[in-house]
Amino acid sequence: MRNLPVSLWIGGALVGVIALAALVSLVWTPQDFATVAVSERFQPPSARYWLGTDQLGRDVLTQLMVGARNSLTIALVAVGLGGALGTALGLLAGAKGGWTEEIVLRLADFSFAFPALLFAIMLAAAFGPSFANAVVAIAFINIPVFVRVSCASARQVWQRDYVLAARASARGGLAITRDHVLPNIAAIVIVQATIDFAGAILIEAALSYLGLGVQPPEPSWGRMLSEAQTLLFLAPQLTVLPGLCIVATVLGFNLLGDGLRDLADPRREKAR
Amino acid sequence: MRRTALALTTALVALPLMALPGWARTEITLSTQQEPTVLDPTADATASIDSMLTQNVYESLTSVNEAGEVIPALATDWTVSEDGLTYTFTLASGVTFHDGTSFDAEDVLFSFNRAMAEDSTNPSKRIFEPITEITAPDAQTVVITIDHTDAFFLFNLAQGDASIVAPESVDGNATSPVGTGPFRFDSWTRGDRLTLVRNDDYRDLQDGMMERITFRFIADPTAVTNALMAGEIDGTAGFPSPELLPMFESDPRFTVAVGTTQGEVILALNNGRAPFDDIDARRAVNHGLNRQEIIDGAMYGYATPIGSFFPPSDANYVDLTGLYPFDPEVARSLLADAGIAEGTSIRLRIPPFAYATRSAVIIQAEMAAIGLDVEVEQLEWAAWMDQVYNGRDYEMTIIAHTSPNDLSNFTRGPNYFYGYDNPAFNTLWDQIVATADPVARGALLQDAQRFVADEAVHGFLFQLPSLGVYRTELSGYWVSSPVIFSPLADLRWTE
Repeated sequence: MRNLPVSLWIGGALVGVIALAALVSLVWTPQDFATVAVSERFQPPSARYWLGTDQLGRDVLTQLMVGARNSLTIALVAVGLGGALGTALGLLAGAKGGWTEEIVLRLADFSFAFPALLFAIMLAAAFGPSFANAVVAIAFINIPVFVRVSCASARQVWQRDYVLAARASARGGLAITRDHVLPNIAAIVIVQATIDFAGAILIEAALSYLGLGVQPPEPSWGRMLSEAQTLLFLAPQLTVLPGLCIVATVLGFNLLGDGLRDLADPRREKAR
Repeated sequence: MRRTALALTTALVALPLMALPGWARTEITLSTQQEPTVLDPTADATASIDSMLTQNVYESLTSVNEAGEVIPALATDWTVSEDGLTYTFTLASGVTFHDGTSFDAEDVLFSFNRAMAEDSTNPSKRIFEPITEITAPDAQTVVITIDHTDAFFLFNLAQGDASIVAPESVDGNATSPVGTGPFRFDSWTRGDRLTLVRNDDYRDLQDGMMERITFRFIADPTAVTNALMAGEIDGTAGFPSPELLPMFESDPRFTVAVGTTQGEVILALNNGRAPFDDIDARRAVNHGLNRQEIIDGAMYGYATPIGSFFPPSDANYVDLTGLYPFDPEVARSLLADAGIAEGTSIRLRIPPFAYATRSAVIIQAEMAAIGLDVEVEQLEWAAWMDQVYNGRDYEMTIIAHTSPNDLSNFTRGPNYFYGYDNPAFNTLWDQIVATADPVARGALLQDAQRFVADEAVHGFLFQLPSLGVYRTELSGYWVSSPVIFSPLADLRWTE
């Protein structure tokens, strides 16, 4: 087995730690995340509060863990939904070609023209701030990327000899897409999804920062940042910690994506 | 050698300044959290309209000083008849509106008739409710007859709702206000700033009055802090982040002015719909509120708890904070009595003010402890006015009532956003208004405080403090706010 890329290791480790924290929060957190105890605010790290408490006496570690869970859930569902829909549309365009391809690709271009974050803010503001609407907004802005990527790769596959052979033996478009095209573009789509994951985490943080994402009392890294903003001089750790979590997660997914791409495409690795 | 050079440089820099006798700064930039909806205080209840324009651009017959006493404004003098029902006002002479038209008794008649008209949109029509007749025997005299004695009448006439406007300019007041005050409106850049300039024709022009006053609309506490630190603004009357005050207190460039306001912050309950049409449900919420926790958590201790709807700075205040002691168990059993199931979902729809958003998180946790699942919804100010205040589409909200004498809010009936309607309270309030003797009126005001507290109409939280941060060289601002307007004619830069 050949050596795995370094970025894969680092990215995997970062994502692994965050994902582990999120998973653990499903069954155990140091404190209850919704508990407010003003008399306990601004506590330094202690045996009871491992990372101290915030301005309302909530346990920071608990907030970070449940925040990780919320961030990852939103990103996973949103990228999953957006990716599935985008890939399906891309495969359709790649298989049909002609007018269908024109329309699908031009629609993708059209939605590319909107800045993704602004578009998500618009959706969240129009339909009311909530967990579900944040997922829908982020899923929606993920569609066009997957349309482009899957359509372009699918078209290449459609020109391969084995596809021509399959067509010559009168197999249907759906069967060819399922048996030949999808398995061949899966690696590229997965790499794309990993990288989009990082973007989704960022957009969720931005939405929550603006009050349009996860609603209280559910913790969110973005809202922790915005709530601690005026406390920068009093309790800098309250902004630094959620900030570090966002940086670690985004960096982790980007490195993981890079590593997976190198793995999936050995020529790129040699070219570097 | 080095020291000489420094002294020389200092002298060179200081020289031009000293060479200009009478040089003084006459411009100031202040910030305010809330942007006005329109610029006409006789058309809309938004507090920032009054705080910027009333008694600055617009004037009323009377005014109020920082101690809360009624003082002359457009009426230089007045007499009240023996029976307390006829007021004769003598108007200031030689006054012109900012557009050059003259001011006389006809303008007063016009303003009052407009506010009292059937189709008037005045937000406080009850001010004018006692008036039966208003006449102008001559151009400098106005006689107002009322049908019952009203202890607050002269005080009420000072408010922005009773601003004197001119028939020639009234239609444009929403966007380009014209009044008689010491400052004239210059410009309003929506979302950014509003500028006033000195009215050089003002009848009582003083030396050193500001030539230009700019209000920046900055809602974000961090942005206000940064703007103060960077010198972009010279002060703010409503500093939104009490946790940052110690930082300004220790900075010699700034003065922190902590005073009182008339602003009762309440957890308003919609008495007009389930579940808070039930007094047990309202009392349950009151037992579930831990005021000290809210004050410490949301205001960092800079607020006084209240148990009813009355400012603690008033001589007639009764401390009712002990009426519903914090006790989640009692609250739970009251909720059960009211037939409200554990985990009932309640919307807490809040306006975008720091005191509201910060209190909301704590109240949400406190309500969870008594079995109410509170969902916090943060609305933009215009949406809050539209859906909560006018549309009454809410179960809970958090709002500061900054008007003075506003116990009368509880007489506003089922169409006011409280949804509270109780003839017994209306009778009590009529009595208060009709009682001229201060001691007897004080006793009745105390009864009224007990009444609304006993009815648990809302969750009464705390009295909003007046937290001002100003440049040290600035003087003439109000530390406490007995009314929602704040006259700026006395602002001065000192050496």
